Amino acid sequence: MSQQTIKQLADLLASGRTSSVELCQDYLGRIAAHNPAVNAFITVDAERTLAEARAADALRAAGNAGPLAGVPIAHKDIFCAEGWLTTCGSRMLHNFVSPYDAHVITKFKTAGMPTLGKTNMDEFAMGSSNETSFYGPVKNPWDATRVPGGSSGGSAACVAAGLAPAATGTDTGGSIRQPAALCGITGLKPTYGVVSRYGMIAFASSLDQGGPMARTAEDCALLLNLMAGFDCRDSTSLERENEDYSRDLARPLDGLRIGLPREFFGEGLTGDTARAVEAAIEQFRKLGATTVEVSLPNSGLSVAAYYVIAPAEASSNLSRFDGVRYGYRTPDYGDLTDMYEKTRAEGFGAEVKRRIMIGTYVLSHGYYDAYYIQAQKLRRLIAQDFAEAYKACDVILGPTAPTTAFKLGEKADDPVQMYLSDIYTIAVNLAGLPGMSLPCGFDGQGLPIGLQLIGDYFSEARMLNVAHQYQLATDWHTRTPGGF
Amino acid sequence: MSLSIDDVNRIARLARIRVVEGEAAQYQGRLNDVFTLIAEMQAIDTTDVAPMAHARDVFQRLREDVVTEPDRREAFQSVAPQTEAGLYLVPKVIE
Repeated sequence: MSQQTIKQLADLLASGRTSSVELCQDYLGRIAAHNPAVNAFITVDAERTLAEARAADALRAAGNAGPLAGVPIAHKDIFCAEGWLTTCGSRMLHNFVSPYDAHVITKFKTAGMPTLGKTNMDEFAMGSSNETSFYGPVKNPWDATRVPGGSSGGSAACVAAGLAPAATGTDTGGSIRQPAALCGITGLKPTYGVVSRYGMIAFASSLDQGGPMARTAEDCALLLNLMAGFDCRDSTSLERENEDYSRDLARPLDGLRIGLPREFFGEGLTGDTARAVEAAIEQFRKLGATTVEVSLPNSGLSVAAYYVIAPAEASSNLSRFDGVRYGYRTPDYGDLTDMYEKTRAEGFGAEVKRRIMIGTYVLSHGYYDAYYIQAQKLRRLIAQDFAEAYKACDVILGPTAPTTAFKLGEKADDPVQMYLSDIYTIAVNLAGLPGMSLPCGFDGQGLPIGLQLIGDYFSEARMLNVAHQYQLATDWHTRTPGGF
Repeated sequence: MSLSIDDVNRIARLARIRVVEGEAAQYQGRLNDVFTLIAEMQAIDTTDVAPMAHARDVFQRLREDVVTEPDRREAFQSVAPQTEAGLYLVPKVIE
């Protein structure tokens, strides 16, 4: 059961050969057996999950079930879920039992999909290795001495290890795509504004976007169908007609024009990753696609621009954690300022504090134009590069990450090296475009390699079509780590 | 540019994060590494480029001025560190 896709599980449930309770019990058993080693979940609540499973089974028995009713899913601990501990990977929220549901959680509840648990993540989604979590690092199921990527590392690892058939993630600079690549699964970051951010704990509001993480592109399409849609409670939610993101899955790739940015294939791309991406390109040619070289000349500036914009927005968003309305409060304080300062010094981890301080500085008097406004201008140049490239191609292809999973601790003491893990993903967030990662091979040590697809605005259905056709022709996405 | 220890202490105060003796030097080193990374963007000429605040050119929606949320004060205050009579308690701010 543990390697089944969402689609297969939905078919099993529809056939009556299994129930949601049976499925959930099976996954909960696997979580109990393997999570102590993997550390992919922060919170598991079997009784709550099974109650939701019983409700889903009742819905099916009554003939009122949607297609995915009863299929369980795990949620990144950044999504507020009523009655669930929602920590965002931080001591600051170690005691925060959410009094309300995020929009995305409401959507999955309405669809009758039980929650298997809340997954581990870098603290406040700030990290690329899951090592900044207050709850300890997640171990990569392919090699327990290595990181799963981040920040949605728990979500990626639980799917890779078969502890959940799918999970939600969020992506501010690569936090869905990079862990998907490092754990050998498929993940999609939608166009900014497609998935509501209501109840998704904010990191950098102009970049944050939720999305699905699963075994296949087809599963991502089914999950995105649930997650997407207008929500008046998110001021940047886009008012658009609902789409069926699975509508183009079967479309042949004849005539597809794939853009290959020359900046993505230069120095810094290691041998195995470069070879796997080249082989994927060859596969797409066999499927009828043509390739064209494109250029994203300003993409090299994306990491610099990102590390101004994201910390600036974070310093504002995280000012709400003050020990007054929710979460941690220092036990020992004098006046109000003393309480704020100690609460935040003790409640936040080192990386979060660094980013808040960077953001505070770049927004402070005398530096705003030189840093923040300059970064916002570069953002436009980066977005314009993509617009130019899409005149010549339908989808852009490249690596997701410069390397496969690195060793735990390898980059933990060097923030700048860690930041460069997202060198191929960050520009996509700055431009607000959809991007996805799918498995395309393994390196010499048996670690998965991710292929990134970047689409034009609202081209998720086409990207999922491209990924699905690739997955019909290859079996990388069906490989699973040993020991699970 | 390079942050001094005084800069670090000033930023920490603005950010309401207590930095104790000895910590400031650690922050100084790490923050300066990041500012070195960021510095490369200063060289780019962006004279005629308009800043881009959001990925899509969205505007703030207006809605009817009607009540949309129910009163859930008890639920929301149940997760607060300290409350009394429906109010959040903090140390005295007015002498």
